[in-house]
Amino acid sequence: MRTITLGTAILGAICGMLGSFAVLRKQSLLGDAISHAALPGIAIAFLIMGAKDTNILLIGALISGLIGTFWIKGITTKTHLKSDTALGLTLSLFFGFGMLLLTFIQKQPNANQAGLDTYLFGQAATLLEKDVWLMAIVAGICLIILLVFWKEFKILLFDADYTKTLGFNTRFIDILITTFIVITIVLGLQTVGVILMSAMLLAPAAAARQWTNSLGIMVILAAIFGAFSGVVGTGISASQSNLPTGPVIVLVAASIVLISFIFSPSRGLLFRQIRFMKNRNSIKMQKTLAFMYGIAKNHENIAHPHAIKILNGFQGFSKRSLQELVDLNYVEINGQQWSMTQKGYNTAENLYDQQVKDTHE
Amino acid sequence: MKQKYAITVDDLTVAYNYKPVLWDIDLAIPESVLMCIVGPNGAGKSTLIKAILGIIKPIAGTVSIFGKSYKQQRSLVAYVPQKGSVDWDFPTTALDVVMMGTYGSLGWIKRPGQKEKKASLEALEKVGMLPFKNRQISQLSGGQQQRIFLARALVQNASIYFMDEPFQGVDATTEKAIINILKELRKAGKTVVVVHHDLQTVPEYFDWVTFLNVKKIATGPVKDIFNDDNLTKTYGINYKVSVQE
Repeated sequence: MRTITLGTAILGAICGMLGSFAVLRKQSLLGDAISHAALPGIAIAFLIMGAKDTNILLIGALISGLIGTFWIKGITTKTHLKSDTALGLTLSLFFGFGMLLLTFIQKQPNANQAGLDTYLFGQAATLLEKDVWLMAIVAGICLIILLVFWKEFKILLFDADYTKTLGFNTRFIDILITTFIVITIVLGLQTVGVILMSAMLLAPAAAARQWTNSLGIMVILAAIFGAFSGVVGTGISASQSNLPTGPVIVLVAASIVLISFIFSPSRGLLFRQIRFMKNRNSIKMQKTLAFMYGIAKNHENIAHPHAIKILNGFQGFSKRSLQELVDLNYVEINGQQWSMTQKGYNTAENLYDQQVKDTHE
Repeated sequence: MKQKYAITVDDLTVAYNYKPVLWDIDLAIPESVLMCIVGPNGAGKSTLIKAILGIIKPIAGTVSIFGKSYKQQRSLVAYVPQKGSVDWDFPTTALDVVMMGTYGSLGWIKRPGQKEKKASLEALEKVGMLPFKNRQISQLSGGQQQRIFLARALVQNASIYFMDEPFQGVDATTEKAIINILKELRKAGKTVVVVHHDLQTVPEYFDWVTFLNVKKIATGPVKDIFNDDNLTKTYGINYKVSVQE
């Protein structure tokens, strides 16, 4: 149990880190295509070796995943097809072929075949200590590469053409990032499976983007979210019998995304809506004040009382905006009449200038 | 007599698929001019710049910068891409983007330090963007984003500047600010090549012009060749502009 939790945590962390790059490169679907493309590799490795050794199957997955990646890149550069079409084509082609092989294997009289289909949805319970070690080593290498080439990764993600003109070998950086994404996906297949793997890559990164405007913090946050999903997901699935770990982990990650989309202070839907309403109310109030100012300035005494009735039908006017004006001490109300205070008059006079100043700051 | 040119292009031909985008371009751009490339949409203006900079591989032709190959002279050349070519929602700040201009001289792995930061702040100051240094780039206006791109190129301290439509989508104030910086660069002996769309401002802004429409139509000083004849040849319609003397 501890091994499994540690494994899913490490997996979540690497996925988060590399997923940030995939999301920012607008290659979110690449992960999906690669993980599906890995399936025939697993089947072929099994057919050739005739045994279910995890490492050999994963090497098969790695090779076919890489072939899938090159196909996608090849299709987009050599033909008129857009990358989404190339991704979709490769994904379904490889996955279809993989399923075909799986069915073929299941009809073989080989006793070893059982359980090969766990790679579809993953089975964290099959994680052994040596698998976790492998994950930890890959995570370590990945972290070192990330720190060493941080500057190069960042500039390539932001502006690839410009990076080229500075004399950097963009192909090398590109291959480095993509290779690590492929390795990570392959490592995750055993736990999360071919079908849901891309969610592990994207969900933590998408959630992290909501909370920060710094690439460094985004990568760290994504790693934390990923590890958290791994730990909590494993915990939940262990506490309930027969809950599959992969899907639970993915659901936990998805909940983090949902929470982030709603509650993030700067980009979240909730705060944006609140800010929007606040702004609208304050503009309504200001418009009412400006309208009152227009009436009041025609009188010698600005505090001359007027009927509230005359405000009816004016766009910005509502009971609420009037009350707010009274609270701010801009206006006084006596029965059915209102009158402007000196403070309100001065504020209204400078209202437009103030607004112009606000938007320029 | 052989004049020294900043940029020479020989027989440059570029094709994306079947149709050539640039055909047999010969250019010799003297040092210390402010040149614009004009031509209709699809004339290959951006492609010409990208091919000179090695972003696009040409089918044929050679480019030399001060008599040597571009690869050898890379550090002398700075590039301002089209503003729309990047995702401005990228999680980074204005200062950070300008610092990217120092990455080339730093080379692999080495991180920017105090020296690079100081140079970047100076470049921000020059384009009037210092107060926005810590601003997330998505919260900058189009004109401000263009200034950031310009600052990033200025930080490279190059001898030749290539700019792809720096005036696209910017307001009059920013346009004036940018052209003033470009004129200063020329005064300092730098060569500036700009893809430009607004024909009306050509005589006011530039002293050198190249007409391009897949083939090179003409290249030379604005006062000699910026006329209705060349404009008609380039744009294919009977063109009349009032050239202010």
